Parts: sequence; structure tokens; C-alpha cells
Amino acid sequence: MTQVELQEKANLPAHGEQPKVTHWREYFSFSTDHKVIGIQYLVTTFIFYLIGGVLATAVRTELATPESDFVAPDVYNSLFTVHATVMIFLWIVPAGTGGFGNYLVPLLIGARDMAFPRLNAIAFWIIPPAGLLLLSSFLVGAPGAGWTSYPPLSVVSGKPGEAIWILSVLILGTSSILAAINFLVTIWKMRTPGMGWNQMPLFCWAMLATSALALIATPVLAGALILLSFDLLVGTSFFNPTGGGDPIVYQHLFWFYSHPAVYIMILPFFGMISEILPVHARKPIFGYKAIAYSSLAISFLGLIVWAHHMFTSGTPAWLRMFFMITTMVIAVPTGIKVFSWLATIWGGKLRLNSAMLFAMGFISMFVIGGISGVMVAAVPFDIHVHDTYFVVAHLHYVLFGGSVFGIYAGFYHWFPKMTGRMLNETWGKVHFVLMLVGFNMAFLPMHKLGLEGMNRRIASYDPKFTTLNVICTVGAYILAVSTIPFIVNACWSWIAGPKAPDNPWQGLTLEWMTTSPPPPENFEKDPVLATGPYDYGMGDRRTQVEVPLDEPRNPVLAAGPDSVLRADPDPAVAAHPDDRQGESHNR
Amino acid sequence: MKIPSSILTLLVGIVLTLVSLWYGQNHGLLPIAASEEATLIDRLFNAMMTISTGLFLLVQGIIIIAAIRFRQRPGDDTDGPPVHGNVPLEILWTAIPAVIVLGISIYSFEVYGEIGGLNPMDHSVAHAPSHQQVAKMPGAALAKRAGTAFAATLTEAESATDTENRNQQLQEKVLEDPATAKFRKELPQLRDSSDVGVTSGRIGPTPDKQGQDPEFFVNVTGLQFAWLFSYPGTDVTAGELHLPLGREVKLNISANDVIHAFWVPEFRLKQDAVPGRQTELRFTPNRIGEYPLICAELCGAYHGVMKTTVIVQTPEDFQNWLAEQQEVASSEALDRAVAVNPAERSDAEFLAPYASEMGIDAETLHSLHHH
Ligand code: HEM
Ligand SMILES: [Cu+2]
Ligand SMILES: [Cu+2]
Repeated sequence: MTQVELQEKANLPAHGEQPKVTHWREYFSFSTDHKVIGIQYLVTTFIFYLIGGVLATAVRTELATPESDFVAPDVYNSLFTVHATVMIFLWIVPAGTGGFGNYLVPLLIGARDMAFPRLNAIAFWIIPPAGLLLLSSFLVGAPGAGWTSYPPLSVVSGKPGEAIWILSVLILGTSSILAAINFLVTIWKMRTPGMGWNQMPLFCWAMLATSALALIATPVLAGALILLSFDLLVGTSFFNPTGGGDPIVYQHLFWFYSHPAVYIMILPFFGMISEILPVHARKPIFGYKAIAYSSLAISFLGLIVWAHHMFTSGTPAWLRMFFMITTMVIAVPTGIKVFSWLATIWGGKLRLNSAMLFAMGFISMFVIGGISGVMVAAVPFDIHVHDTYFVVAHLHYVLFGGSVFGIYAGFYHWFPKMTGRMLNETWGKVHFVLMLVGFNMAFLPMHKLGLEGMNRRIASYDPKFTTLNVICTVGAYILAVSTIPFIVNACWSWIAGPKAPDNPWQGLTLEWMTTSPPPPENFEKDPVLATGPYDYGMGDRRTQVEVPLDEPRNPVLAAGPDSVLRADPDPAVAAHPDDRQGESHNR
Repeated sequence: MKIPSSILTLLVGIVLTLVSLWYGQNHGLLPIAASEEATLIDRLFNAMMTISTGLFLLVQGIIIIAAIRFRQRPGDDTDGPPVHGNVPLEILWTAIPAVIVLGISIYSFEVYGEIGGLNPMDHSVAHAPSHQQVAKMPGAALAKRAGTAFAATLTEAESATDTENRNQQLQEKVLEDPATAKFRKELPQLRDSSDVGVTSGRIGPTPDKQGQDPEFFVNVTGLQFAWLFSYPGTDVTAGELHLPLGREVKLNISANDVIHAFWVPEFRLKQDAVPGRQTELRFTPNRIGEYPLICAELCGAYHGVMKTTVIVQTPEDFQNWLAEQQEVASSEALDRAVAVNPAERSDAEFLAPYASEMGIDAETLHSLHHH
């Protein structure tokens, strides 16, 4: 079956005759349009982000004083447990893969929809109930054993919330598996004719790596959680030493998923940053292949480093060394990416708009998290800082400084495409500055706290740590406030912002070749690659961009004679879609 | 005057290196080091700090300089140069992180060996167990097994067995502590606490002490929410850890209910206490003083107050303390041990306001159990 047929077949049952513009009610319905689903994901997960943020603010408020005086200690444990669970399973993972992945992948590869549109909608619609289920646990005794939910604590704590936690994470994991299958098939099978692997935008490479990881690792988590629920509800003892079980086994299973999960959380944003930088730096991405293949390398290596979370638990010496080395090795592909990004912006013509600022903020903050990551990979040092605020700082630099900055960069960059309206740049910059200041104030001092002896997950701490904690708390409040300009800006601009042109940033990837927002099936005709995705500075950019979609263009010329990403002229893909051999394009 | 850019780069490089070298040694981020192992780990950290500072300054510098120097000027909407890649450069910066992490790995490996992480699992596996080794095993199962085998001939083994039992009795006693007992009694696994099984996870003897027995050892038990220390061969059980200066000690760490983690920041050492397993730490404190001993693994509502003190004293002071403890009638000693453990502090300062909270907890648990 050809790609076109496959694409048509995939789309047929899902799409009937559709209107040109998406009605607002569409966003509250079981739509099968990947763009609607993408926006549904983004808005839903953003709401969960705000909830997670409120919980984080409560955590920081408790930590403003050394005593445990704001909430009861077990409530405190529930706060950070649900905070982390919401942030990971209901914000970063679904926003990156479900939100941006859904919205962008079909557009970037020139497809009309995902391979399995209904599956796609189902994957989305099981998220809100799972999220509400998790939050409902506050009514009956929220989980308090941390987002890791280590037994025996999670099993003996006797909180009904632990069972609710397991169930909601299982549901969220299911959603993520369904989405992963869909992405793999879509990227594999539905690229527009003429788009080889090496003409594919880097975000698609990142989604390929992410989806493979999600598909391999998530079932292991499901297994661990099902066994844990037996221990909890039925009284088996897979992980409970009382009956001969072993709590360390749970840790192995849990981290076999949850370490890869941190790459599931960050890889999509690596991809997005690789899309955003070249557009606003007006330069080709540096080292396309290095960036593309390093995503795959990270994905593979990510599967064999899990026990670095267990250096102090029950791990034998040789195992600690093995996992130390594999963990260190991940720094290599990651370093390649960072250096390539730096080389991309070096010597460009940087348009320092909000999207670009967040993208550069992403690199800057992620590098700090990455450096402390190499440090904690060193076993002797990790023995000191494991389970301390040093780790809390490290993980927030990666997940907040990385993923969340990445999400915002994406929001500012693709908002005009998604809504057909421009965001206000001034408020965008206010947002960026507040967030950068608040973020560093909240998390930088945590490195020192951890090194000096403040352990994590505690409601009351030694008074000698008060000053630094007050700084962190003030930073967290600034961070919370920084969201306000964004929300106001996004809501206002969506309704009444200035109309966005089809290609406001003069981008070369395919999503900019259609209207803003794109019509239900994305493209009027199958888009033809006229250029590599990053061929900036080749001298004929303006002409390419302004060629109406159904006008002939010459791939060889447009890509520029020097472009390594140039699509080789393919006899099956003539310059003009209607001239293609052997393929019918009547819809 | 125009300075050639290669010289400028060189100068920047030199400054960067000097700053990194200086900060790597003078960051002042760590608490004082109070064990021989800590000094080694600090050296590793300083090396990593040096490299990290350099990388940090390099990357942030590039980003900031790019933002200033290469920003788009008003009226200029040309593109940058169409540079797609540069193979030698790409190879170079694949090599740079590779060499750095290789270096850090090798150094970490060495430090790990020096602090005793790489020693073969347990030489008692290879040799016939000596009375020392019997004595060092906490946990009733191992001790009992050893006890039946050797008790007839080895008095010390007997005393070890006693100690183990006493440790267990003591734990029972702690369970009766009004502050926490009500809550803890309900925990199912406490009713038939399983015994210590596999030994895993340990920092063993440093290479120069390999094959020797530690100078002495202490059994450490973590339970919600207190640490208990018993000194085998004596009747002493305490809620604070007393250690003589400069003598290598081995801790046999176990947990009674959930996972806890033994952490003394000044020793730079941490080891989880895992129920059903036995873990070990072997180290030499080398600085007199009192240091916090913290539970680093989330273990329940009062995890944050599960801490006590390590007291490193001169061998004489330590002997005096030990003798003093011995003198007190054993039941009183037990009470004392309970009294000084953090549960008491929790009681007075912390648990009291939440007593009603606890009641609810216990009831909830109770009802759960009877359904
Ligand atoms: C509003 C900004 C945020 C603040 C102020 C904040 C604050 C905190 C604090 C203080 C903790 C430590 C709890 C403890 O160990 O006692 C924590 C834990 C955590 N946070 Fe955040 N956080 C924020 C945003 C995020 C984001 C965006 C993520 C993204 C994934 C995230 C993921 C986590 C995780 C995974 C933990 C570990 C929880 C645990 O130890 O079980 N946080 N957060
Ligand atoms: Cu504990
Ligand atoms: Cu604890």
C-alpha cells in the first residue's frame, strides 16, 4: 500500500465532509482531528499544571519556616506526592507528546491526520478522568508515599489514596502507550511522498525516539503497579518483606520505566528546540544528523541506566559501576545536541522574540540540570546527595528549566499557527523575565541546601537552613505570579489578538505552508518538499515561501545547491503534485 | 588597536580555566568533613565542580554573547550564513564530553574503591564464620541460625544472639512508647516482623583494611520514626550513635518496618535501611564533634523528624560513656534509650499538636484491618 493510500484509508472513516474552520464547540467534543486533539491536550494539561503549581506553592509555603506549621505532616506528604504526580503524568508527558506531538507531527510530515484518529481521541479522553480521579483522592486521604510510591511504605500507609494513585497512573500509562503506537505508525508510514528519513524535521525524530521509549518502558511500570496493587489490596507480598517479598524489586521495575520517563519528558522538547532555533536564528540547524541520531542514542541508553536511582538502596558494587558508566555515557549524545544548538545560534541573525528567549532559556537552564546530572551519576558523590535537595534542584532544572521552558517556547512559536492570532510580544517578554528570575531563585539555592544536609520530602527542617529556604519560597511565588501574564496574554490574544499570517516567522517546515490555523485536513494538496526543513540563508527563501501551494516549484533549486537536506529529485514526485506518476490525487 | 581574535580566545580560555580552578576548590558548599571517606569524596566533588564551572561559564557565555552580538539589527532581515554542519567540529565536541565523562568515571571508580565500595561482597562467605562474624550479624534469623551452630562453643556468639534478641525486645518496647506506639502497632508487618535476610549494598573496608575485621561494630535499626543503636558484646542500646575517634567502625543496618536511610552529611555516607535485607557501612570518623544523623528515605508522616545525633569522641570518652551505659540497670537503660531517641522530641515538640490526627490515623488503620 502506498503512503497516500494508507493516509487516505486512515482518514476515511474518521472524516466526513468537514467545514473549513474549527468551531469552538469542536474543542469540547470527541473530535478526531489531530489539531483539535493537540489543543485539547495542551489546554487540559495546562490546567493540571496550574493545579500542580498550586500544590507546589503550598509545599513551598510549608517550607518557608523550619517548623511544620502550615499543614499536618501527612498532608504535606500528600502535597508533594500529588504535585509530582500531576507535574509528571498530567503535564510534562501529555503536553509534550500528546499536545505538541499531536498538533505538529502530521503537519510537519505533510500528512492529513494521525494514522489512527479515533485511537488518538481515546488516548486523550482517558486523561481528564484519570486526572480528576487522582485529585479526588484528597477527599479520602491522598497518597503520601511520594510519586515513586515505594513499598513497603505505600502498602502499609493504609491510605485509600495509594490505590487511587495506582489506578490513575495505570490509566495515564495506557494513554501514553496508545499515543506512542500512533506516533510510530504515523511517522513511519505517513510522511508525504518525497520526504525521506533525512528530510524529516527533527521534532519527528525526537517523537520517534520518545514513542519507542514509551512503548518499551511503560508496560513495565504497569506490571509493577499491578503487583503493587495486589500487595495493597489483596495482601499478597510481592514487595513486602513480611511475606518474603523484596521491596528492591519494585524499585528496579519502577525505575525501568521512570528513568526512561525522564527522557519521554525531555526528548520532545529537544525536538521542539531544534525546530525553533533555526527559524529565529535564521540559520540552518547545525549538525542535522548528529541531532537526529543522538535522539535515538539517548532513547537506547535511557533504557539501561535505571539503577542510578538506587545507588544507596540495595545495589551490589559492580552494578553500581555499570550504571554509573551507562549514565555518564548519556552525557555524550546530550552534549552533541547542546553544542549543535549553540553552533546554530552562533553567527545567526537572532530575532529575540518570546519564542527565541524561551528556547535560549531552555538551553541555559537545561545545561545546569545536565551538569548536576553528571555529578549525581558519580556513585561516591551520589551517595552523599541522593534523596536531598540537591536532587530536587537537579530534577527541576531538567524538568522545569528544560521541559517547561520548552513548552513555553513552543507555545509562543506555534500559537499563531494554532489559533490564527499573534501573541503580544511585550507580555511574552515580561513572562520570560519573571519566570527566569523566579525559577533560579526558587531552585538554585536548593543545590546548596542539599549539599549541606537538607534531605528531601520533609515538612520541618533544621533552622540553620531557614534563609535559603525563604529565598526559595519567594522565588516560587514569583514563579507562580509569572504565569499570570501568560494566561492573560494567551486568552486575550486567542479571542482578539491581531490576525496571524500563514507564515509569520518565515519558517520552512511544512506546517507554515498551510493556512493559520490549518483547515481540517491540513493541506489543500499533498505538500511537496520544496526545500529542506532548515535551509535558511540560501538566498531564495522569500520566493519559496510565497509560492502558492499548488504552483510548481523545483525541489532542487529551492533547497539550494548546497543543502545537505535537499530532497533528491524523486521520479515519482514531480515538482507539481498533479504531475506525479501513477498516483491519483482526487479527493 | 585591534587584538587578533585568536589571542582573545586564548585569554578568555585562560581566565575561564583560572576561575574554574579557583571556584572548584573554594566553593564552600559542603559541610565539614568528619570521616576519612568524606575527604576522598570531597576531592572528587571539587574536581567535578572545577569542570562544571568551566562548562557552565562556557555555555552561558556563548548564549549571552550570541544574544548580544548576533541579535537582529533593526532593518536587517537577511539570513545568517547557510552553515549546515562541520564534521571535524562535530567530532571534536563528541570527543570533549566523552573524555570528560570518561575522566570522571575513572576518578569516581577510584574513589569508590578507596572508600571501600569495591570490596568483594563479604569475606565471611569465603571463610568459615568466625565468632566475630556471628556477632556482627543482626537480625534474629541469622543470629539464631548462627546461634544454634556455634552457641555451644562460642560464648561471644551467645552474647551476640542475646544482643539481637535484646534489640528486638527493645523494638517491642519502643512500640509501646505512647507517642507513636498506637499508630505503629497497627502496621501489619510489625506483628510478625520478618528477619534480616540477604546482605546487600555496602561500603566495605578500605583497601588497606581489607581482610581484617572492623575494629568494632554497631547494629543500627531504623523504625518509624527512630534510630536504635546497639553495641554487640555489651548491654548498651542507645538512641544516639557514639563513636570513638579514628577507629574504623562497621554499621550493620536494618529496618523494621519500611525503608529508611542512614545519612550523616559530615561523613558523606548514606545507606538505605531496607526491611528484609541487611546493609553495611564501614568507615572511620576522624573529627571530634556532634553531627546530625538523618533519615533520608521517605518513611511516613514523621519522616522529617526522624533524626538524631552522632557523637564522635576520644576513645577514652567513648569507653567512659560505654561503661556508664553498662552500669545502669538494663531496663533503665532501655527507657533511657527510648527517652533520648527522637520519638521523645517528637512527642514534646511535634507530635503533641497532632495527637488527635494520630488518633484518626490509628482508627482508620484499625478499621481497615478489621474489614
Ligand atoms: C511552580 C513551580 C514548582 C515549585 C515551586 C516546585 C517545588 C517543589 C518542591 C519544593 C519539591 C520538593 C518536595 C520535597 O521533596 O519535599 C518538589 C518536588 C518535585 N517536583 Fe516540583 N515544583 C515546581 C514545579 C515542578 C515542575 C514543573 C515539575 C515537572 C515535572 C516538578 C516535578 C517535581 C518532582 C518530580 C518532584 C519530586 C517529588 C518527590 O520527591 O516525590 N515540579 N517540587
Ligand atoms: Cu526513616
Ligand atoms: Cu525517613
